[in-house]
Amino acid sequence: MNTSLGNIAAITKRELTGYFASPVAYVFLVIYLLLTGFFTFMVGRAPFFELGQASLVTMFLWQPWLFLFLVPAVAMRLWSEERRLGTIELLLTMPVTPWQAIVGKFLASWLFLGLALALTFPTWITVNYLGSPDNGVILGSYVGCALLAGAYLAIGCMTSAMTRNQVISFILSVVICLFLILAGFPPVTNLIAQWFGPGMVSAVASFSVITHFEPFQKGLLDSRNILFFLSLIGFTLFTTGVILRGHRAG
Amino acid sequence: MITVQNLKKTFGPKVAVNGVSFTVEKGEVLGFLGPNGAGKSTTMRMITGFLPPTAGTVRVGAYDIVEQPLEAKRLLGYLPENAPAYTDMTVYGFLSFAAELRGMRGQARKQAVQRAVETCFLENVVHQSVDTLSKGYRHRTCFAQSILHDPEILIMDEPTDGLDPNQKHEVRQLIRRMGERKAIIFSTHILEEVDAACTRAIIIDRGQIVANGTPADLKARSELAGAVTLSVDGVSAGAVTPKLGALPTVRKTVVVTEREGAAVVRAFPSASVRNGDLARSVSDLAAREGWRIGELHTEEGRLDEVFRSITRPDTVKES
Repeated sequence: MNTSLGNIAAITKRELTGYFASPVAYVFLVIYLLLTGFFTFMVGRAPFFELGQASLVTMFLWQPWLFLFLVPAVAMRLWSEERRLGTIELLLTMPVTPWQAIVGKFLASWLFLGLALALTFPTWITVNYLGSPDNGVILGSYVGCALLAGAYLAIGCMTSAMTRNQVISFILSVVICLFLILAGFPPVTNLIAQWFGPGMVSAVASFSVITHFEPFQKGLLDSRNILFFLSLIGFTLFTTGVILRGHRAG
Repeated sequence: MITVQNLKKTFGPKVAVNGVSFTVEKGEVLGFLGPNGAGKSTTMRMITGFLPPTAGTVRVGAYDIVEQPLEAKRLLGYLPENAPAYTDMTVYGFLSFAAELRGMRGQARKQAVQRAVETCFLENVVHQSVDTLSKGYRHRTCFAQSILHDPEILIMDEPTDGLDPNQKHEVRQLIRRMGERKAIIFSTHILEEVDAACTRAIIIDRGQIVANGTPADLKARSELAGAVTLSVDGVSAGAVTPKLGALPTVRKTVVVTEREGAAVVRAFPSASVRNGDLARSVSDLAAREGWRIGELHTEEGRLDEVFRSITRPDTVKES
């Protein structure tokens, strides 16, 4: 058990240093924070200042859409780079199980995204300075964001394992994440109702990340929603393992 | 230390490795030869547990690589083809990471990295990023990774590929030195390396073992092996060959070169002739005839000839 945690820790550490060894991490952080700021303060029917409320709802509203493009960009290199360089052969011939490698890599990117999320703290300070927001709601929203990012990331892990081409991995995961966003939107649900009957609507809509993300924005930490994201992460990481094994089985 | 039995690997309809069996013991250096695409790398990838075999078993030490992969992998050091390494790390960072995955911590890890750096002459580039390294240094970095934990078994896929002649020599010396205490398998298509470093060689072609023996055994399979080459001054080849051919020990003769006043002739032994008899009978004949011998030696046989005669080039169409 100790060695497996040690292995996961070693891989996580390597991946994290990998992010910061290249400009990727810095470019990502700057762009994420700029875009978050832009959407929070400038965009929408009622941006931050016009809303007239001490709340970060305008910030969290946009996160699923920002993550849609930025998270796959973080995830796309995880396995495809490993396959392109051939280092996967080194990694998997070390006394390391594929699971440890998958979890280690996933945790590294998740921590990195957590850092990005944490760096939005000036907005939180601002809103606390200007008024007295419900910090419980804000905390709930942050937890929701982290889980959402984790779910997208796990999907990105999976598509990254599918191909050694990072662009293909990126596009595939954007499409899958987009589907998971849209699955709960009326234009899509109406279409599904027309095609498959209303019975299917709730089945498909229950896969929508938005329906599971919204309660967090109200500060509700419902175990069902937490479980949804965690099981989505678990399932896609498991699939990643299956895909990696599939490549090698030939 | 390594026992491979009836190893088989198919990729879709293509059979890459087909029923390969061999063993390697401690103190042996096994050279793995074969044309490109013969299944050398695939076999090594199965031994190291990277690819699961379609059929057959691999035992590494006391462990089956499929049943107990972690225990087996601990015994192994592996240098994959093209020496991959994480390009975004420094040499030191990369080796530390590998040592950490090998379960080394703290001081032990530092020492292991230091030792590997010294063995592979990496002192000059320790703090350099891997993607700025020349091919030779990158190769040695990956090599260093494979010997970090001083493994009992070393598996190397083309360890001298892309190195300059000095580095090649250095690596062969290293392999030979380490081979005294370890079981080593390395693949190559440079035939001199077999002579320089191996105690035994396996030639593999289209997924099957076509020869398995010591370098001397293999060379003995060459048509040239045992033939006597004779260079005579002052006599024409036309005068030498009939007399040579008349000896009971000689099966056939071939003129190698003929220049003004000197001929080089080769005599091949008849089936039942023992080592040395042919050379003796040829020198007796020369003494009787009063030929002035410039050179007389028995051929050892050439590996490249054996290699060519028992493997099929990939330019030949599959039937």
